[in-house]
Order: sequence, then C-alpha cells, then structure tokens
Amino acid sequence: MLKALFLNQLSKTYATGVHALEQVDLTVEQGEFFGLLGPNGAGKSTLINIISGLVTKSSGEIKIFGHDLDRELTEAKACLGVVPQEFNFNIFEKVEDIIVNQAGYYGVPRAKALQSAETLLKQLELWDKRHQPSRVLSGGMKRRLMIARALVHHPKLLILDEPTAGVDVELRRSMWEFLQRLNTEGMTIILTTHYLEEAEQLCKNVAIINEGKIIEQGSVKDLLTKLHQETFIADTYENVDANTLQVLQIFQAKSVDANTFEFSINDTQVLNEVMKILDTAGIRVRSIRSKTNRLEELFVNLTHKKPV
Amino acid sequence: MNKDQILTAYWTITRKECVRFLRIWKQTLLPSVVTTGLYYVIFGTFIGSQIAPINGHTYMQFIVPGLVMMAVITNAFANVASSFFGSKFQRDIEELLIAPTPNWVIIAGYVTGGVLRGILVGALVLGVALFFTKLTVYNWVIVIGFLLLTSVVFSLAGLFNAAFAKKFDDTMIVPTFVLTPLTYLGGVFYSVHALPTLWQTVSKANPVLYMVSGFRYGFLGMADVNVFVSFFLLVTLTLALLLANLYIFKKGYGLKS
Repeated sequence: MLKALFLNQLSKTYATGVHALEQVDLTVEQGEFFGLLGPNGAGKSTLINIISGLVTKSSGEIKIFGHDLDRELTEAKACLGVVPQEFNFNIFEKVEDIIVNQAGYYGVPRAKALQSAETLLKQLELWDKRHQPSRVLSGGMKRRLMIARALVHHPKLLILDEPTAGVDVELRRSMWEFLQRLNTEGMTIILTTHYLEEAEQLCKNVAIINEGKIIEQGSVKDLLTKLHQETFIADTYENVDANTLQVLQIFQAKSVDANTFEFSINDTQVLNEVMKILDTAGIRVRSIRSKTNRLEELFVNLTHKKPV
Repeated sequence: MNKDQILTAYWTITRKECVRFLRIWKQTLLPSVVTTGLYYVIFGTFIGSQIAPINGHTYMQFIVPGLVMMAVITNAFANVASSFFGSKFQRDIEELLIAPTPNWVIIAGYVTGGVLRGILVGALVLGVALFFTKLTVYNWVIVIGFLLLTSVVFSLAGLFNAAFAKKFDDTMIVPTFVLTPLTYLGGVFYSVHALPTLWQTVSKANPVLYMVSGFRYGFLGMADVNVFVSFFLLVTLTLALLLANLYIFKKGYGLKS
C-alpha cells in the first residue's frame, strides 16, 4: 500500500540548541486515521511544521505520497492540507475570501474555488458567516474555518494539530463525525490531540512522541495490551464493609464512599475474581467503569507526565 | 504547478493585496494626496511664486515630478512592508508558505500590489497637481519606465525589510530614517546643480536622486543626471533586490525557524 507519509531519521535542532526532534521514523499508510500523541513540548508541532514547510529540518527524509519534500516540493505540498493548532488567518479578511484565496495559492481557479468554498462552508455550518470578517467568529467557528481552508484544494493527506482544543463537547463530536466521514471517503488523516479518548475513538494506529523521540508506535489495540494495570471504579447497592475491602486487598481496593470503591487489575488477574468476592459477600454491583481512559493511562506510564 | 496554476496563484496574491489597500483607502491612498497637496500650496504656490524659472519651467512645474516620485516611493515601500509584515505578525503568511506557490510568484504578487498602489497614488498626486499648474510630458516612455521601475525597486525593498522585521517598529525605521532623508535630499525641491561641488558629489551617492532626475526628465526634458545612467542604476537595483529576496525566501530567513 502507498505510504501517505514517510519520515526517515528526521531530526531538528533549533538555533537555540534545543533538540526538538531526534531521528524520528514514522510511516502512515494511505487511508489511515493516525494519532500522534505526546505531552506539551514533545515535538508534535515541530514535526507538523517541518512536514508543512514552515520549519526547516536539520536532517532526515520526508516523503508525502512518495514525493520527496526536498526534491519534489510542489508535488508533495499539493497532497497536503494542514490545520494548525493556533489561528493563523487574517482577522480582517472575510470568511469566504480566506477559503478562496487559499485555493488560489494552490492554483485552483476562482470560479471552482468559490464552488468548493460554498460546499465546505455549508458542511461546516459557516455559510451564513461567509461575508463576515473572520475576527467576529467564535472559537469553534474559527477552528471549522481552518478545517475548511485546509480542505479547499482537496488534499490527500490532512494533518490536524489539536483541532478540538477548547471546543465544546457537542462541536467536538460533530467534528469527529466530519473527520470520520472524510476518512471513510479515502482521505488519510493525521491527528494530534491531548484528548486521548479522541485518539482511541478515531484512530486505528497511533504513535507516542516524547522529548523529540517516538517512544511507541502501533495499533491502539496492540498498545493497550502493554498496559499492565488498569484501575476501575465500582458502584454497589450494598455498603462495602471493611472485611470485604480486606479480602479485595489483592486488587489494591480502596473505599471512595460507602457504596463506591476503586480497585486495580494487573495483567495476571481477571475481573471475574472481584465479582466472585463481591457476590460471596452479598454485594450487588450497580455499575463498573475505568477510572481513566486506558490510552491515557498508558500515555502517562510511558511519558511519566500527566497529559494536560 | 503548471502555467495556469501559477498564474492563478499570482492573481490571487495580487488581488488580495489590491483589495487590502483599497479597503483601507483612508490610510493608504488619502494621506499622500493631502500631504502633497499641501506641498503644492506652500512650496509651489506661496514660495514658488518668488523663485525664478528653472530652465524655463516654473518652480511648481519643477517640483511636481519629484513630489509624485516621493509619493510613489513611500507608498510602494509601505504597502509591501506593512502588508507582508502584517501577514507575518498574524501568521496568515503560513497560508502561502504551506502552499506549493513558488517563491518568485509570492514575491511577484506582493511587488505587483506595491507597484499598483504606488502608481495609483502617483496618479492621484499628479491629478491634484493639475489644479495648480499646467504639465507637459516630454517623453511618455521615460515617465512610465521610471514610474514602474522605481515602484518595483521600493516594493522589493519593502518586502526585504518586512521579511527581516520582528516588530512593527522595524518596518518604520527605514521609511523614517532612510527613505525620507534620501527623498528630501534627492533633488525633489532643488536641482543638485545649485549645490556646491562637494555636495553635488555627495548627492550622487543617493539613489533617489537618479529616480527623481529621470522621472523629471520624462516631464520637462531636463535632468540632474544622465537619464541612461539613472535607468541603468534602477535596473541594477531591481535585479539586486530581486535576487536578495529570492535568496531570503529560499533560505527562509525571517520566515522559517
């Protein structure tokens, strides 16, 4: 299968001496929905900016759909659409002009660009705002504007740098649906996010980057098998007494309140054992849930930092 | 990108630049018209009426080409410097940098915007001059050639300045401390032949002198410097600034980390 993105030994050292990326190898297959995870300052944005041509790499090789960024810059760039983390449009320009001008920079004729802009602005519910200067848009609308702008030249690879940061739950879910639809239609998508639920929900494969290095890479399913311990919270109808908690100590059980306790299962234990002990004690379980998102737990374990 | 796509990208940048300066015409077109109008009244009419004709031309007729050129220089420079730095400041320059638009097309688009504003303001200033004096054109080719080349030179200079500028103040330093003195000392209000020999020689190090002189030659048929020398200097400056801009865009100085 054709590689949408191929990075080979990519490194970046800034003039200040900061090593932002160190020999990063990464491959994203065509049609994938790929997640790039990492704490703040891990190198995610540097990586995206190098791919976009906004930051100069120190060494390494980048190919976008087989086009080398050093030798076939124009072809490589034509395949790429980027939604950056921070707003980077002219606040005095009208919404429609931002989209149409971006298309123009890719050589799309104005008449065709106006048609594409109409379709995208309607899809992203910005059509009513088309004649407004972009500064009057809400934060969520500005994010959608950047998505529309990145899509106007019909890229094969879309990179989104934390597109749902600061976006309310409803809008986030509608963005997920929109991105999933694009992916289903064949677009390769690379997403960086702090919301690990988002990565688990959307991405089949992920890479975790920390201190400029890829520390884990693979399918979400495979990565989760590396999680050696998972913490759960159980709500019960009956009080969990001290004796039962004592028996559950092998699962590091701790009382939260009279009808709630948390416990941990490692990869040699099974949940059925907990249920059996509770059943013997005559305690009925109303609900049970993971204390944290599983990917988040793995992420914290790997990076030793709490995601923001 | 093929030829049509390149042309589309070029027109998009040019159109965007024109829409920008026309949208804020009170800031971009009007000030030069008002300022130069005052120069016409004060220097041309009040003071000029007391000055003897220069080579058969009134003082007002003498200063009009220089004042038009002054407006062209400041507006061509300011348009590109403020627009390009504004795009860097708001980061919408990234829209262009991530696109496959070749660097020379980006430069051409911005420069065309600067040239069009320079010429438009120049035409307005010239129009105002017609309220004060009669003007004849000695050679249209020279007038248009110097107008175009001068606005290209200062548009390229504005782009070069903006690429390196880190704050808005940096885009004001050159117009205030370099362009204004060079323009005022570039023979707009006087003929360098009226200066002592030493200052005539010093004045010849000022490139604006050659532009004003050549442009005035197009109107009045009189020049401080040989018109071919002026033309050669303008072409040289154009090529040097073009190459300098192409180089900084290729290397990403002031544009990429």
